[in-house]
Amino acid sequence: MPADRPSSPLLLAADDRQALLRASARSLTSPLRRRLLGGALSLGGLAMLSGCSITDSQSAEDLLRAISRLNDEAQARLFDPARLAPVYTEAEVARPFPFNAYYGIDQIRRVDDRNWRLELSGMIEHKQAWTLADLAALPQQDQITRHICVEGWSAIGRWGGVRFSDFLRRIGADLTARYVGFRCFDDYYTSIDMATALHPQTLLALSFDGRPLPAEFGHPVKLRMPTKLGYKNPKYLAEIFVSNVYPGGYWEDQGYNWFGGS
Amino acid sequence: MNSPPPLQTHAVWLRLSHWLNALAFLILLASGWRIYNATAFFGFHIPRDLTLGGWLGGALLWHFAAMWLLAANGLAYLLVNLFSGRLRRRFLPVEPAALLGDLRDALTGRLAHADPGHYNQVQRLAYLFAMVDLLVLVLSGLVLWKSVQFPLLRALLGGYEAARRVHFVAMAGGTLFLLVHVAMTLLFPRTLLAMVRGR
Repeated sequence: MPADRPSSPLLLAADDRQALLRASARSLTSPLRRRLLGGALSLGGLAMLSGCSITDSQSAEDLLRAISRLNDEAQARLFDPARLAPVYTEAEVARPFPFNAYYGIDQIRRVDDRNWRLELSGMIEHKQAWTLADLAALPQQDQITRHICVEGWSAIGRWGGVRFSDFLRRIGADLTARYVGFRCFDDYYTSIDMATALHPQTLLALSFDGRPLPAEFGHPVKLRMPTKLGYKNPKYLAEIFVSNVYPGGYWEDQGYNWFGGS
Repeated sequence: MNSPPPLQTHAVWLRLSHWLNALAFLILLASGWRIYNATAFFGFHIPRDLTLGGWLGGALLWHFAAMWLLAANGLAYLLVNLFSGRLRRRFLPVEPAALLGDLRDALTGRLAHADPGHYNQVQRLAYLFAMVDLLVLVLSGLVLWKSVQFPLLRALLGGYEAARRVHFVAMAGGTLFLLVHVAMTLLFPRTLLAMVRGR
């Protein structure tokens, strides 16, 4: 989750953001448009060479977003459900591990473990909410894997928790559905493909480096996937839902690629 | 009265491939600089005005769109050159002694460019370098894009973090080639004309 997030207009509430996007959809002066093309070094040459009206940034953005959807498809095909991300040794774990979110470290949300519940909704048979103790009572496993951020940096960390595929089966999730979505109590949200949800290294993580998940890394529960970039790994989970309707995501709605595989 | 038209040295497919490559490379370069700035792991930033995309998300959209153009066009170029024998005919051999001779002549302004259909040793080396450099960029880019899905390539490049450095150094090499290449076309504008109109 990049530090150089887009400035003001896109940090509005979701409804305002949608309204803004709709209102500016036909405007060449929209901030999103300018941002997408900004510092448009190659644009003159680009328009000259391509002969199409690429200076119409609306069509440029539409084209780029369409290609991003094709890239989702390409990544889904490249994704091998049995191929494991490399694992590392205890000595290679990054300490301290970097904090990253769409807000600063001083704005971390905290929750009382006793009041926290993991809500379930959508195409799930058993929808009763889970407490932290319920999750801690399930079989746990550890992994030491590389967390790769969309910004380029990476860090090796050690996460422990419940294999997500076990959890999905236990709650009677419809495993033929297309999407698993996540709502977080820091107002973050994202969604993943079912194939990645069922990958053996996808964890409902309760611990980090042998201790309960610290506040800065998503206490009490986050989803950990070494097969996807950092922004696809939601922290501070509040609700999990299963759906065939594309749920999008906080960064994905602003232009990050949805599949976000690594 | 009618003199025969000058021989075409740059076929249509070659010109098309060249300009598609130039377009893809410029987009990848400028958007890549914006992506680099998100972490700036060599401790310096690329001036924002030279970058494309406006923010990281925009730069990534450009980068992961233009990569298909660069890879597909580059693959077609290499296949045509390999199977037509053009690669061997035009770019080989490169011999150290002849290369040094041509390099000395080039630096003293005595290197002949009389026949645009024939590459001297310095040109051969430069174009072969560009081909290998772009190949390294694509392969290291694959490791950065999908490091889990290309385990062999990842291992060959020394892991994800090493692949970032390889990608950056190959970018710098490609940029150096571009600067020299453009400078040469300014010194010998006829080569630019040939790449536009074919002769």
